[in-house]
Amino acid sequence: MSSLAARRRSPLALLMLLFLGLTFTGTAYAALQTGAAPGTSAEGASQEQLGEGRQLFLANCASCHGANAEGNGEAGPSLYGVGAAAVDFQVATGRMPLPAPGVQAERNISQVHFSDEQIEALAVYVDSLAPGPDVPEEQWLDASQGDAANGGAVYRTNCAMCHNSSGTGGALTRGKYAPTLMGVDAQHIYEAMLTGPQSMPVFNDQNITPEEKRDVIAFLKSIEDGANDQGGHTLGSLGPAGDALFAWTIGILAFIGAAVWLGRKAA
Amino acid sequence: MANPHHDDTAPAMRDDAAAPARSETFQNPGLPPHVPRRADGDPKAAKRAEIQVVVLFTLSALASIAFVVAYFVIDPDLKGYLLGIGEINLFHLAIGVTMGVSLLGIGLGAIHWAKTLMPDEEVVEQRHPQVSGDDDREAVAQTLSHGWRSSQLNRRSALLGSAGGALGLFALPIVLPVIAGLGPRPQGLYTTNWAEGTLLRIDPSGAAIRAGDVTQGSVFHVMPDGWVGHEAVEEHGAEEAMIAKAKDQVIVVRLDPSLIKSQKQREWGYEGIVAYSKVCTHVGCPVALYEQQTHHLLCPCHQSTFDMTDDCNVIFGPAKRALPQLPITVDGDGYIVAAGPFREPVGPSFWERERPGLMGVE
Repeated sequence: MSSLAARRRSPLALLMLLFLGLTFTGTAYAALQTGAAPGTSAEGASQEQLGEGRQLFLANCASCHGANAEGNGEAGPSLYGVGAAAVDFQVATGRMPLPAPGVQAERNISQVHFSDEQIEALAVYVDSLAPGPDVPEEQWLDASQGDAANGGAVYRTNCAMCHNSSGTGGALTRGKYAPTLMGVDAQHIYEAMLTGPQSMPVFNDQNITPEEKRDVIAFLKSIEDGANDQGGHTLGSLGPAGDALFAWTIGILAFIGAAVWLGRKAA
Repeated sequence: MANPHHDDTAPAMRDDAAAPARSETFQNPGLPPHVPRRADGDPKAAKRAEIQVVVLFTLSALASIAFVVAYFVIDPDLKGYLLGIGEINLFHLAIGVTMGVSLLGIGLGAIHWAKTLMPDEEVVEQRHPQVSGDDDREAVAQTLSHGWRSSQLNRRSALLGSAGGALGLFALPIVLPVIAGLGPRPQGLYTTNWAEGTLLRIDPSGAAIRAGDVTQGSVFHVMPDGWVGHEAVEEHGAEEAMIAKAKDQVIVVRLDPSLIKSQKQREWGYEGIVAYSKVCTHVGCPVALYEQQTHHLLCPCHQSTFDMTDDCNVIFGPAKRALPQLPITVDGDGYIVAAGPFREPVGPSFWERERPGLMGVE
């Protein structure tokens, strides 16, 4: 305690304090953040909320999507009909506002610049321009009510080819990729299926019903909890590429080392 | 004096010239001097090495016993947390570690024994000349020559030819069944369970699809009516259901009709909804990575990429043919049905694939 007190005037102490403070507020903020409340849509939104949403939209989105969300050619698509669900997914996962043009917008949960209320206001405003899918109701997000086995069947047919059979993501064409689904909020998984962000196709309620979407969430949460792990290190569950990298570099190096040691003369 | 550097090197060059001409072969350096190990001279060290080897072998024996105990005692589903690895199945961990220690104990014990106690003197074993004596070689030549002449091969050459032919051709009855038995020709790829009027059903839920359900940007993975989910396994058996899944799988998307470049693709679809075989024309993986913005369809196995707006022609990768299109239409109730079977074999190429007439269509 006394040694800590003695160092409190060191210039490093300030840096350390800054680092810790930023880390903790960042993580705590990210952990609490889920985005708009379940069921958010333009219906029943107050005039005040719509006004706040419009202000936020003009300040943060309009430069690419146009002042009335009509789209701006290459810079950004029209947001008519994307719905509150798409806005919540893009903004609450940190994909939008896009930090820089690139192959695709990346999930960046520590860079969400808006509070839940602000995301909700933004979502109802965009939804009020031309309605689209709403933020899902709470009942469809509860993994404990889902059937993980059926969810696995739906997942393997519709999702596994891009997101990997263990939900850890994979490569697409020309630098695009399907992100990992591990550690993703149930609400965002549901919204992604419903709205088809970026390269991902849309899975509407006629294709995968809300019950089946909940089953998929239950399946993903069960493998997140280790239901697929039968022991040993998963090496990221990336499939044969990760395993081969491990075997061919670390494994074979160890064998060569052992062979050299065996062949040396004892003295 | 003007160039001191030259002066420095000059004596060395003279030395070189004075040295005798260098030999082209290396001198045999011989064996390095033998260094006795501690256990060679010190009985205490030798005793210590012996004990170490015994401990290693005993450790192996104990681990083997522990393996058997763990195998019967630990619940195979027991899980626990291990530092640095995370959640892990403790049954697998226990039998893996005990078997590993058991093998490692034997290996390390044997190596330690060899390195500390077994003799490590370098020994040179002289080799005797390989060639036989002149007498023996003469005798063998005599025997062979006598045999050749007494079998009359020197006078009746037809004997040698016919015998060679008989022996050579005998290879055919052995080799032929092996090659011919490599399996049936892939006849199965000519036919699928798709026929005129077959309902497209969502895999695995089994729901039929209305044309209006297929919104732009969505993708449906479908199977023919009667071949979906557990019901198909119960009705047709697991093997038939699996074969159907491998051949009949189809991907359905709706494209903006103005984007479609092929007239045939537009005609075989319905208002921009098109259905294609999901079996890659390269080696048959399911091609299902549909990018809704670029309309590219990517095969995860070897990165073959198909352009859905251009009749699923190959734009990248090892596949050589476009994916076969399934003609579709809408029945009286508004559900999407096949307008006919596939017009070409699905899946990877095979020799007889292009032979006309086998599909019953041109």
